[in-house]
Amino acid sequence: MAPPRLRRPGFSRRAQYGLFAAYVVAVAGIVVALLLLAAARFDPQGFAVLRSAATDLTAPITGAARSAVDGVGSAGDGISAYWRAGSQNAELRRELEASRAKLVEARAIDFENRRLKRLLGIVGDGRETVAVVRIVGSTASSSRRLVTLSAGGSSGVKTGQPVRSAEGLIGRVVESGRISARALLITDASSTVPVQIIRSGVAALATGQGNGRIDLRPLIAGASPFRRGDVVMTTGAGGVFPAGIPVAVVTKVSRDGAEAMPLADPAKLDFAVVLKPFQPDLPPPPPANTAP
Amino acid sequence: MTSGPRQRVIGLDDVDLLPRRARWVPIVSVMAGSLVTLLPIVADWPMLPPIGLLLLLAWRLLRPEMWPSWIALPLGLFDDLFSGQPIGSAMALWTIVFVAFDMMDNRAVWRDYWMDWLAAAAAILFCLGGGVGLVAFTTGGGNLLSIVPQAVITILLFPAAMRLCAALDRWRLAR
Repeated sequence: MAPPRLRRPGFSRRAQYGLFAAYVVAVAGIVVALLLLAAARFDPQGFAVLRSAATDLTAPITGAARSAVDGVGSAGDGISAYWRAGSQNAELRRELEASRAKLVEARAIDFENRRLKRLLGIVGDGRETVAVVRIVGSTASSSRRLVTLSAGGSSGVKTGQPVRSAEGLIGRVVESGRISARALLITDASSTVPVQIIRSGVAALATGQGNGRIDLRPLIAGASPFRRGDVVMTTGAGGVFPAGIPVAVVTKVSRDGAEAMPLADPAKLDFAVVLKPFQPDLPPPPPANTAP
Repeated sequence: MTSGPRQRVIGLDDVDLLPRRARWVPIVSVMAGSLVTLLPIVADWPMLPPIGLLLLLAWRLLRPEMWPSWIALPLGLFDDLFSGQPIGSAMALWTIVFVAFDMMDNRAVWRDYWMDWLAAAAAILFCLGGGVGLVAFTTGGGNLLSIVPQAVITILLFPAAMRLCAALDRWRLAR
């Protein structure tokens, strides 16, 4: 059976030409869209203006809705805690979570102190706050894991800045509008963060899996250096992410790596902190030039 | 110029016989579906079904002659602005689906509820899988397994979207 040609809307020439023109436009549009995608591959920031304008327009609405939802959500939490084991349980759990985060941070600081003593005067402090922002929404239907932040260029938030919370690293800013920005979570499959195990200092790479978990790969080949419950933190290698921010806790050890859960859950956060991009160490000054 | 004899299926051509909302309700409903992603949900998993795509498919299968196939271009661009996908992704995928549906309409001898659902399921799988592929192409890193729950939910939601569009259709054509 021969495949039929275009749908014929009767004998009217005008209708036939109209239909043909519609197909021409559609196919040309597909080609243009594919070209846009090719352009996005080589220049990811190419259409950021368009998208951040759209985010700027809608972020205030999402933000307002978010504050309403927050109240409802916490009420639900309280009720469920009561029904599960009483309000005491909820309080204890909150305390435990807070102290665990503090413990992790203390360990990280301890480790960093020892390292700094060794490298005294070489590594600069990268922890300078740019802005404290709210996380108002996310791209819940896309396979990219982006969150919308409630501040943008007018608050100093720029592309490339790392975002963290009290619990741990969240991600980095990839698009910035006037009053809103978008950050790529560390759980996105295209995000890679250099980390090290706090217990042993072994370096690894943390890559998102796109489903809320993180894949850990050690830099050195051999048996997996991870143990269940290990916490990894950023090393600061390669810049962008300052050293010593807790990232994830190992939940499953495999033969050559491990699977980890991020310590900061963006869904439960009230506030996040945007930091200045970390510059690991200044290159040696060129002989005749003035280094910034 | 002068409008020809009244067609059996009401399309955009004789929209001047209909209330003004007859033209805008389908388009606005799809755009509203694309905006559902603005809900203040912070998900670490792609769990929200693409409502814009669902409504687009439902309208297309409910009223095959209402839209020319290029209508998916502007609607896809609008979706790309908010969904977080690279711009061009929904534009290309949705339009390919529309052209494919036109080819299917030419070949298929009969169509019923199950055929529609099957066609929509194929289109949903193509668009979600293609979306992951295009994200992997533009920014790198893709995980097809992570969209399996979303795809299942979306396919199961399709009859509801069809119901919604049928209700909107009755309202938009009512005098």
